[in-house]
Amino acid sequence: MTTEPESAVAADSAGATAAKENQPYLDVRDLRVTFRTDDGDVHAVNGLSFGLERGRTLGIVGESGSGKSAASLAVMGLQRGRRTTVSGEIWLDGENLVTASAERVRSLRGREMAMIFQDPLSAMHPYFKVGDQIIEAYRVHHDVSKKAAKTRAVELLDRVGIPDARRRVDSYPHEFSGGMRQRAMIAMALSCDPSLLIADEPTTALDVTVQAQILDLLNDLQKEFNSAIIIITHDLGVVAEIADEVLVMYAGNAVEHGGVQEIFSAPQHPYTWGLLSSITRLDRTRADRLRAVPGNPPSLIAVPAGCPFHPRCQYADLAGPATRTERPTLETVAPGHRVACHLPAEARVRIFREEVAPSL
Amino acid sequence: MAGFVIRRVLGGIVVLWLISVITFLLFFLVPKTLGSNPAVLFAGRAPSEAAIAGVTKKLGLDQPLVVQYWHFLKGIFVGRHFDAGPDKTWCPPPCFGYSFKNSEPVWTEITRALPITVSLAFGAAVLFLVSGVGVGIVSALNRGRLVDRAAMTVALGAVSLPVYFTGLVLLLLVSYQWRLFPNIHYVAFLDSPLLWARNLLPAWIVLAFLYSAMYARLTRASMLDVLGEDYIRTARAKGLPERTVVGKHALRAALTPVITIFGLDLGSLLGGAVLTETTFGFRGLGKTSIEAISTGDLPTILGVTIFAAAFVVLANILVDVFYAVVDPRVRPT
Repeated sequence: MTTEPESAVAADSAGATAAKENQPYLDVRDLRVTFRTDDGDVHAVNGLSFGLERGRTLGIVGESGSGKSAASLAVMGLQRGRRTTVSGEIWLDGENLVTASAERVRSLRGREMAMIFQDPLSAMHPYFKVGDQIIEAYRVHHDVSKKAAKTRAVELLDRVGIPDARRRVDSYPHEFSGGMRQRAMIAMALSCDPSLLIADEPTTALDVTVQAQILDLLNDLQKEFNSAIIIITHDLGVVAEIADEVLVMYAGNAVEHGGVQEIFSAPQHPYTWGLLSSITRLDRTRADRLRAVPGNPPSLIAVPAGCPFHPRCQYADLAGPATRTERPTLETVAPGHRVACHLPAEARVRIFREEVAPSL
Repeated sequence: MAGFVIRRVLGGIVVLWLISVITFLLFFLVPKTLGSNPAVLFAGRAPSEAAIAGVTKKLGLDQPLVVQYWHFLKGIFVGRHFDAGPDKTWCPPPCFGYSFKNSEPVWTEITRALPITVSLAFGAAVLFLVSGVGVGIVSALNRGRLVDRAAMTVALGAVSLPVYFTGLVLLLLVSYQWRLFPNIHYVAFLDSPLLWARNLLPAWIVLAFLYSAMYARLTRASMLDVLGEDYIRTARAKGLPERTVVGKHALRAALTPVITIFGLDLGSLLGGAVLTETTFGFRGLGKTSIEAISTGDLPTILGVTIFAAAFVVLANILVDVFYAVVDPRVRPT
């Protein structure tokens, strides 16, 4: 009687260590996020799996409502509303966050994993000083005096490139420019040296020159702290600039995942082609400058059967009847490159080479 | 900041002055254009021509309106004589007019009514602020659950029930039926704090019942708004415990609009809670002005109106200053 549970525990922990050894730092498996609404269940994330090592940057791209933000908020443990169900597994450094207690996830939040949001004005509390908000973030996880925390805040603000940090630490968010606010947000997120940093459209609200500076900053900081970074964006330019890997999401699921080189030079999913074609090009004729992916993102309450992209896919007819009935799974097509598409592999390569690539 | 306050106070004085001009015009011009003579109102029943002429002279109604207003305004600061031959009346400063109906300066009436109104307003304010905000917060944090639905249903009922209904029902029960609070009448706080509170409690409850319902709904809506803000998500993302997220980040932002409304409500309550005062028979500013209206006692109406307006203006200034203190974005630099 007594040996049985012990051996079970031993097997469990052995399994956990074994898993830990070949498991990436962040390992998301079959993640599902569902919101119950009056209109029905919204399947915001629908079986997402990916892994990410420390020191690497993953760009998650997709249209609005593709589940990018829902998935990242789930990783942060910020999807715990009463009408929200999160299932699957989220392993962070060998610990499953889905089954961990809310209190445990809270203690990791801000310390092990931090998040930067899209609009730095609305993401900072308007009534509190920038410095105090950073101090607060630091002091939740570190038992230090206010003074020591303030020194830390000044250091951080200085590190992210805010001039005259000693004085600006006592400013309010509205006294900062947009770029400065985003720097301050980054300083706040970095206050506890997180090993996972999620940036949800960190540059969307900023103008282009500031955008580049912020991306450079994230790049530098990653080298310095060796953190894993997830950058959520619908701007492929941002992805090209900063990401090592790209995850293309559609209707709550990954349709293509690969190194940034493969995604840009040999993409295999028609939706990825659509995204690449939709990059605005000023060297084309005016009518041809902006090529949108036809149609609208699908309803997440009634996701189309089969491949969720098939109603918008101009190559759906070549993919055979399965595309209307069966959801494609992510298949490895090259080392580190996975695609979920019913089109035959040769057809995908040929179509991209002959039809898509020349017009990019 | 000091400059901001001074500007606000000066602005408030200008507003008050405008209000005094407008009310003065309304009360002295409107009867005239309607063909009724204010002097007749003061002269008693079925007055003789001579009596009317006497009153007209005594009140200065024969003088141009501007001069009349000037006398009124001057009286507030230096006092005023109402003389008509041997009939002399002295109205000491601050003279807000002289009620010939009650044979006393309006200021005396105001100072007599004010403690009652202030007692009523502040007692009720403490009650409804605490209960309304408390219920609102609990409701917001339990949105859609039973406690929220129950609280909001009760609140809807409370908002819909007029004070003269809830007041009379409560009076009937606690004062006449159960005799818990028999013979309700106002006792000055300094005479007996206990009796003061005991006599005012039913009125506080009635007034607070209505207001706390409004405050519960307001707080709930404001709290839900704020809980959906990005900076609350940021606070959670920092790993702050939920009680800090709600108690510090959400509450501070959510209560700001509530306190704003509270300041304005308190200002107008201090001008007199007409229905509650009438229901409970307290001669506060509200009841005083109602009586003045029913007897056509123009100077009293004028005085009380300006006084009530002063409270609203003062409350507005305080709310503005409060806002500047709380919200750095509106803080003058």
